[in-house]
Amino acid sequence: MNIWLIFVLGGLLTFAMRFSFIYAFGRFSVPPALHRALRFVPPAVLSAIVFPAVLMPDDRLELGFGNHRLLAAAVAVIVAFWTRKTLPTIIAGIIALLIIQAVS
Amino acid sequence: MSEKLAMLRAGIRAEAPILVGVFPFGLIYGALARNAGLAAFPAQMMSSIVFAGSSQFVAAKLIAEAAPGAVIVLTIAVVNLRHLLYSASVAEYVRDLPLRWKILLSYLLTDEAYAATIVHYETAGVERESHWFFLGAGLALWTTWQASSALGIFAGAAIPSTWRLDFALPLTFIAMVVPTLLDFPVAAAALTAGVVALLAYGLPYKLGLIAAALVGIGMGTFLEKRA
Repeated sequence: MNIWLIFVLGGLLTFAMRFSFIYAFGRFSVPPALHRALRFVPPAVLSAIVFPAVLMPDDRLELGFGNHRLLAAAVAVIVAFWTRKTLPTIIAGIIALLIIQAVS
Repeated sequence: MSEKLAMLRAGIRAEAPILVGVFPFGLIYGALARNAGLAAFPAQMMSSIVFAGSSQFVAAKLIAEAAPGAVIVLTIAVVNLRHLLYSASVAEYVRDLPLRWKILLSYLLTDEAYAATIVHYETAGVERESHWFFLGAGLALWTTWQASSALGIFAGAAIPSTWRLDFALPLTFIAMVVPTLLDFPVAAAALTAGVVALLAYGLPYKLGLIAAALVGIGMGTFLEKRA
C-alpha cells in the first residue's frame, strides 16, 4: 500500500474517533462496557510495544544480564516511578544504556 | 473580539507547560522517522495528517519493517482508540457549537490538548467563548508538534546511531505506563499485553501488536468486572 494512502486512512480513522462522540452527542452515549474497556487501551498498547523492544533486542528473547537494554530499561522504570516525568526517564535510560555498553 | 482573544491566550498558557515535554517527543519522532527510511516530506506530512504522536512512532517502525499497509492502518487505529474516550468526555461541552467548529476541534483533540481543555471545562464550565480556549490549547500543541517534528527530521540524519535514539521510544512509553501501574487491573492489562506481544512476535503481517493489545484490554476488563 502506498504510504500516502496509509497516512490518509490512518488519519481519517483517527479523526473519526476524535469526532465520533462530539458529533453524535445526544444521539447516543458511550456504552458503559466500552468506557471501561477504553481505560486499558494505553497500558496495553504501550506495553505491547515496550516488551519486545526491551526483551528481544535481536528478535529473540534475552532475559539475562547480557541484555543491555533490559538493564537500562530497569533503570528507566525506577526513574519513571519516582519522577513520573517523561524527559528524565528518557535521559536516564539512554545514559544507562551508553554506560552499560561502555563498561561491558 | 477581545474576549475571544483572551480565551485563546488562556488556552495557549494552559498548554505551555505540557509543550515542554512534547517538544523532545517530536524531535525524536522526526529523527526516528528518517532513520526508519521515510523521506523528509512524508515524515512531516504524517505529523499533520495523522497528528497523533505514539501512533506515528509505531507507524514509522512498521513502515521500516515493510509491514502490509492494512496492518499499519489497523495498528494506527488501535493505538488511537483512546481518543474515543476524549471525544465522549468533551462532547457535552462543545455540543452547541457549529459543525465547522466541531470538526476543527476534533482534529485538534490530542492527549495533550484534551488534558488542558478538560481541566478548564471542569473548573470554569462552559462560557460563551470557551471554545477559543480549546482552540488555543489545540493550536499551541499543533504548532509545537509540527515544528519539533520538522527539527527532528532535519537533524535526524546528523544524529549518530551510537546515540541509541531508537531506544527513546520504549523509554518514552515506560515513562507513560509505569506511573499508572499501581492500579491492579491496569497492571494486569499491561503485563498480559507485554507477554502476549513476546509470544506473538513471530505472527505474520506484524499482527502481534494488535493481538497483544486486544488480549491485554480484555484481561483488564475481565479483572475489573470480577473485582
